[in-house]
Amino acid sequence: MLTSMSDIIRFSWAALLGYPTRTILMLTAMAIGVAAVIMLTALGEGARRYVTNEFTSLGTNLVIVFPGYSETSGLNPIAMVGTTPRDLTLEDAQVLSRNTNIRRIAPINIGSVNASFQGRSREVPVIGSNSELLNIRQWELSQGSFLPVTDLDRATPVCVIGSNIRDQLFDTQTAVGQWMRLGDRRFRVIGIMASEGRSIGVDVQDTIIIPVASAQQLFNTPSLFRILVEAKTRSAIEPVKQSTIEIIKERHLGKRDVTVITQDAVLATFDRILAALTYAIGGIAAISLAVAGILIMNVMLVAVSQRTAEIGLLKALGAPQGLIIRLILSEAIMLSAFGAIIGLLLGELGCLAIRQAFPDLPAYAPSWAVLAAITVSLLTGFVFSLLPAQQAARLDPVLALTGK
Amino acid sequence: MPLLKLNMIELKKVYRDFLVGDQTVHALDDINLSIQEGEYISIMGPSGSGKSTLLNLIGLLDSATKGSYLLNCQDVTVLPDDQKAAMRSKTIGFVFQAFHLIPRLTATENIELPLMLAGAEPEQRLPLVNKVVTAMNLTDRANHTPDQLSGGQRQRVAIARATIMQPKILLADEPTGNLDQKSGQDVINILEQLNRQGITLIIVTHDANIGQRAMRQLQMVDGRIESDQDLSHSQTNSSSC
Repeated sequence: MLTSMSDIIRFSWAALLGYPTRTILMLTAMAIGVAAVIMLTALGEGARRYVTNEFTSLGTNLVIVFPGYSETSGLNPIAMVGTTPRDLTLEDAQVLSRNTNIRRIAPINIGSVNASFQGRSREVPVIGSNSELLNIRQWELSQGSFLPVTDLDRATPVCVIGSNIRDQLFDTQTAVGQWMRLGDRRFRVIGIMASEGRSIGVDVQDTIIIPVASAQQLFNTPSLFRILVEAKTRSAIEPVKQSTIEIIKERHLGKRDVTVITQDAVLATFDRILAALTYAIGGIAAISLAVAGILIMNVMLVAVSQRTAEIGLLKALGAPQGLIIRLILSEAIMLSAFGAIIGLLLGELGCLAIRQAFPDLPAYAPSWAVLAAITVSLLTGFVFSLLPAQQAARLDPVLALTGK
Repeated sequence: MPLLKLNMIELKKVYRDFLVGDQTVHALDDINLSIQEGEYISIMGPSGSGKSTLLNLIGLLDSATKGSYLLNCQDVTVLPDDQKAAMRSKTIGFVFQAFHLIPRLTATENIELPLMLAGAEPEQRLPLVNKVVTAMNLTDRANHTPDQLSGGQRQRVAIARATIMQPKILLADEPTGNLDQKSGQDVINILEQLNRQGITLIIVTHDANIGQRAMRQLQMVDGRIESDQDLSHSQTNSSSC
């Protein structure tokens, strides 16, 4: 007849309650380990999702063209002097737009000017673009209309302003329809951007958008900062990228002097980096679980030596070695299990707190991390108490009874 | 007509050596001893004379260095650990000077422990435990933990635990050593009553008053049995296995 599992659990439970300090110490160690794994992986995963979301909000099927192309070349006096790339121009954008694989194209010009209205003024970043920008970047208007559909080279004196600019310059007055001053020119406000429109690098609330030709005049430069190209389909991204490089090369006297990146490639890179980061910090957190395991081993060894007389008694009363081992193991595993549960709750609470504090960061622990944390904590509890359990089972009952 | 009884315990030329530093000490030195079922034996002698070692050896907590030990006609001189444990569980009960109760368990749970370790079902355990709790007059202390009990009560709990498996042999190592005169007397009365009911009782003591109550008195000096006085006058013939 074997001692039943429920008896073993009841006995171990009494032992855990009988030594509260030791129990609380070990529960804390285990709980911290598990909570650390859960919270750190949640942070990593949250960062990954945040970046992914931000990139998706840039627009879909996006190909970005910007001037300049760096090549690695050997030690060569000409390369050391360096060459200034040829500018990207509005004509380049117009030629590109003939490609049938392209749905939309938006040239971008940026600069910073002093914006003023009735004596209030502030320095504002200005984007010069066309009517397509709104759809490519998937922004929304809260009032009025976006830039009108016109030829790219037509400099219409209209502007669309961010909600913060509206608040700061117009206060409570109606902004749409008013004339405001950007640098030394006058523009009519035709629309207000919705405040949610936010993506990497640009805070739409604090930006003014004007037609690209107007921006060229305002900043007195014919060159473009970027050309945003939206391919018709996902599979068209690569052909669009290749043909863009070819067309620009042809137009720039056979010299490849633009860089073309696809959003997918950037996104995939970030995704890989951040996933690797999540695994790495998960691994670091797992070390704390191993530390907790070693603590369990130490404390169980101390427990065995503290309870030598008790183990001697159990042996005298006829407990076989296997039973002693099972009693010690069940104690350690119960500790690990309770520790893991407490850690799980703490970790989830921590994640909740992070999400409350940083609403932009979707800090949810990935389920693989939760499973791994619990499995590792149970395993360490088991593995690290094998040694103390065997030591207890091998005690000489006569010596043990005298507490030696 | 002389009765013919089999020896329950039979020790032949038993030695138990300990290494102290680089010297060998004979804790038991050529012990020859036969004990029959139902005997009441006291083992007396100065400390270090080997009384406890002899008791531990009889109780299968220790093994002989040399010699042979037959328990119920079975050779138990060299036995694997777990078989010894099983044998202790079934046939031997221990009462210790220091009680050795588990402090976090109640009196009932302490008494129940051997049954639990032997794997008895909870339904079977309860009536057995209740019976000995009543027999030991512990009914109103059943749910107290050891630190809420007096010394005498603790030793009664220990005796209840030692007898719950209904062993043939009860080994008591200085059972009154930590008790006052009156509680000690109570404990001895209980042990003697158990002996009258048939249990083989072996008490190790250095208290001559207690030792002299036994029917058979062993005196030990330096690991040897100096004298073996049998006062029972029952001329039973013993036989080896």
